[in-house]
Amino acid sequence: MSKPVNTASLRRRGALKRELPFHLMLLPGVILVFIYMYVPLSGLIIAFQKFIPAKGLFGNQKWIGWDNFIYLYHLPGAISALRNTIIIAFWKILLHLVIPITVSILLNEVQNAAFRRTAQTLVYLPHFLSWIILGGILIDILSPNGGFVNKILGLFGVKPIFFLGSNDHFRFTLIATDVWKEFGFNTIVYLAAITNIDPNQYEAATIDGANRFQRMIYITLPNMRMIIVLMMVLSLGNVLNAGFDQVFNLYSKQVYSTGDILDTFIYRIGLLDAQFGVATAMGMFKSVVSTLFISVSYYCAYRFADYRIF
Amino acid sequence: MVESKHWSSILFNVLNYLILGLLALSCLIPLVHVFAISLSSSAAATGGLVNLWPVDFTIESYAYVARRAAFWRAMGISILRSVVGVTINMFFCILCAYPLSKEKDQFRARTFYAWYFFLTMLVSGGLIPLYMVVRMTGLMGTFWALVIPGAVPVYNIILLLNFFRQTPRELEDAAIIDGATQWRIMWQVYVPTSTAALATVALLSTVYHWNEWFHGILYMNSPDQYPLQSYLRTIVIDMNLSKMGANDWQALVVVSDKTVKCAQIFLASLPILLVYPFLQRYFVKGMVLGSVKG
Repeated sequence: MSKPVNTASLRRRGALKRELPFHLMLLPGVILVFIYMYVPLSGLIIAFQKFIPAKGLFGNQKWIGWDNFIYLYHLPGAISALRNTIIIAFWKILLHLVIPITVSILLNEVQNAAFRRTAQTLVYLPHFLSWIILGGILIDILSPNGGFVNKILGLFGVKPIFFLGSNDHFRFTLIATDVWKEFGFNTIVYLAAITNIDPNQYEAATIDGANRFQRMIYITLPNMRMIIVLMMVLSLGNVLNAGFDQVFNLYSKQVYSTGDILDTFIYRIGLLDAQFGVATAMGMFKSVVSTLFISVSYYCAYRFADYRIF
Repeated sequence: MVESKHWSSILFNVLNYLILGLLALSCLIPLVHVFAISLSSSAAATGGLVNLWPVDFTIESYAYVARRAAFWRAMGISILRSVVGVTINMFFCILCAYPLSKEKDQFRARTFYAWYFFLTMLVSGGLIPLYMVVRMTGLMGTFWALVIPGAVPVYNIILLLNFFRQTPRELEDAAIIDGATQWRIMWQVYVPTSTAALATVALLSTVYHWNEWFHGILYMNSPDQYPLQSYLRTIVIDMNLSKMGANDWQALVVVSDKTVKCAQIFLASLPILLVYPFLQRYFVKGMVLGSVKG
């Protein structure tokens, strides 16, 4: 045995001993993540089986290839759920960008610190309430029979609107209430970016004769460019997320045609009709598309906005 | 900033305060409305007479809820779930974030582990396979189904590890020279210097466990095992719109009364309102920490 080999292996053993505590710390977490995140991932094989739950996840199931997917394709409700999901998710993504950006610029223009603080405190609030609480509240205030919102609209001569029960209004109601819940909280990152703008830029612009609106358009907005691009890119991962928690607590049979989404559809055919294979096939479709979008969005964020998660 | 007193600027100010004021009120009024109904008489509430102030003031609905064992049992389960769930989350969060916050020269497998956790944010098996795994591991119908499958909070781990990395390495080096083990360095150097980040992460977990309702419905065998939000769903949502699921427990028919519903909605959001000052302070920090770095 030659000397250099000896020292090298010694050093390696030293490093292993030094790093052993780190491995041990991670071990419990690694095991749990394996069981509850990686095992379900391999459970996606259900999508290709005529799955009988009693035989278990890795039991001796009958393989049927793409049959579940083909069955879904011909199921009328499935395609409409996909269409609803994309429409609802698109509007949510768009408005979750535009409204918080606008509101954060408007908040920045408020000189009265007390007003500003109070407004911020209030608009963050709905974010922290569950869709059960908000669902209960909305069902009440949006009711066509003397609901608070219809009462106010009535003052302007508008006839009572069945926001949650009519196919003409359901999607709009979903999008509007979701934006209402989250817009305040979403201003936080933009306000943080605005706070970081160098005040000298505003002063210089003022001296050059820029008025208030010009300062907003030519200084505030361009300085928010990076964070806007980043948020835009990261939100792409939500293309198939129309918001299960919200829809599940606000929808009903009469609005399935405009309000049923992939997640609620999966829940119904999977857990209520016990068609595990078909439900997993749809879940897999959603997973694959989402993963694709999320991966591309993270990659773009990394490349163009220098965004690193860890 | 010196503001010109130009008419357009004044007009903008007026409109700006008006718009923001209305937006802010829109976030408050629904809750006030529910609170007002809960303190009104049944007749006034059902007749739609209540707006933002109680009509025929009475605390009858709260007295009624106080006598409802089902409500308090669900509340108890939710409190227990929050305490146990957050403790477990924090344990895994600290234990995973600390090694992952090390540089590559200190911990060579760091990148591998980081990707191992990060990948779970990109892909997921979805509803049915997870349901089957929870069943296979024997958690179905037990309290543990509410806290174990989500025990490792990957997003929180990433938040915390980024915070840990801001701790100066000199502190650690000094502790190593003094003969401290990694375990002690984690608990006695990193944890005490990261209280703000830990508070943020703990609050994130608390709000999650308090508000989470789906797993209760999914994994519990009977409604008397439901945490508060799942229980509330059977009362304020199922009774109104969807007639899905088993509605055979007659007790609910009695409480379909509007004022009682509103009283329960208000009581369920009360814990959030009570910790709200802390929530606001730490969540803002956490959001900024999580999304705009460097």
